[in-house]
Amino acid sequence: MTRELIGMIFILLGIMFDFFGVLGLVRLPDVYNRLQAATKCVTFGSAGILFGVFIIQGFNNFGFKVILGIVFIFLTSPVSAHAISRAAHRSKIPLAKESVVDQYQEDNELKD
Amino acid sequence: MADILYNTSAVLALIAIILAAWRLLKGPNVADRVVALDVMTIISISLIVYVASIAQRVIYLDVAMVYALISFIGVVAIARYLERGL
Repeated sequence: MTRELIGMIFILLGIMFDFFGVLGLVRLPDVYNRLQAATKCVTFGSAGILFGVFIIQGFNNFGFKVILGIVFIFLTSPVSAHAISRAAHRSKIPLAKESVVDQYQEDNELKD
Repeated sequence: MADILYNTSAVLALIAIILAAWRLLKGPNVADRVVALDVMTIISISLIVYVASIAQRVIYLDVAMVYALISFIGVVAIARYLERGL
């Protein structure tokens, strides 16, 4: 019973992280800001939900598969975020007009 | 007590998915839509794991793993296409 309560607390924390990440996805001005809000919050929140399920289930085959899912999300989510942001910058999607500096662009100009 | 917690978390996840779908429909360019689709997929994966925990079915976890794999490959393929064409 206590284990289930602790797991539910982790699940609620993870879902709150998910919700705030999606709020950032709706509210922020351009694709790069949206990408950092959405990717960081949603990755950590989903890992929280999966960890809560692991605490509820305990050390059996269910729990170890859930741990495998956490490792998989932590490996793949930053890779896909990096690929999307690099592709967006290379296909010349503009920054928001409040942006101060674009160091990737400066680096490319320095290289040419 | 436990029922209230279960229902609250499921409804919050549903609201998050609906907001991400709004960004998917409205987003000004392709990268926004890809980000919104990625977010919807990850929240759906965690919901599938949650449902598997409630229903005590181990085999639903395999569905979540395969869904995560296909989503990752799809996002990387779209990013590659945006960058220089397939």
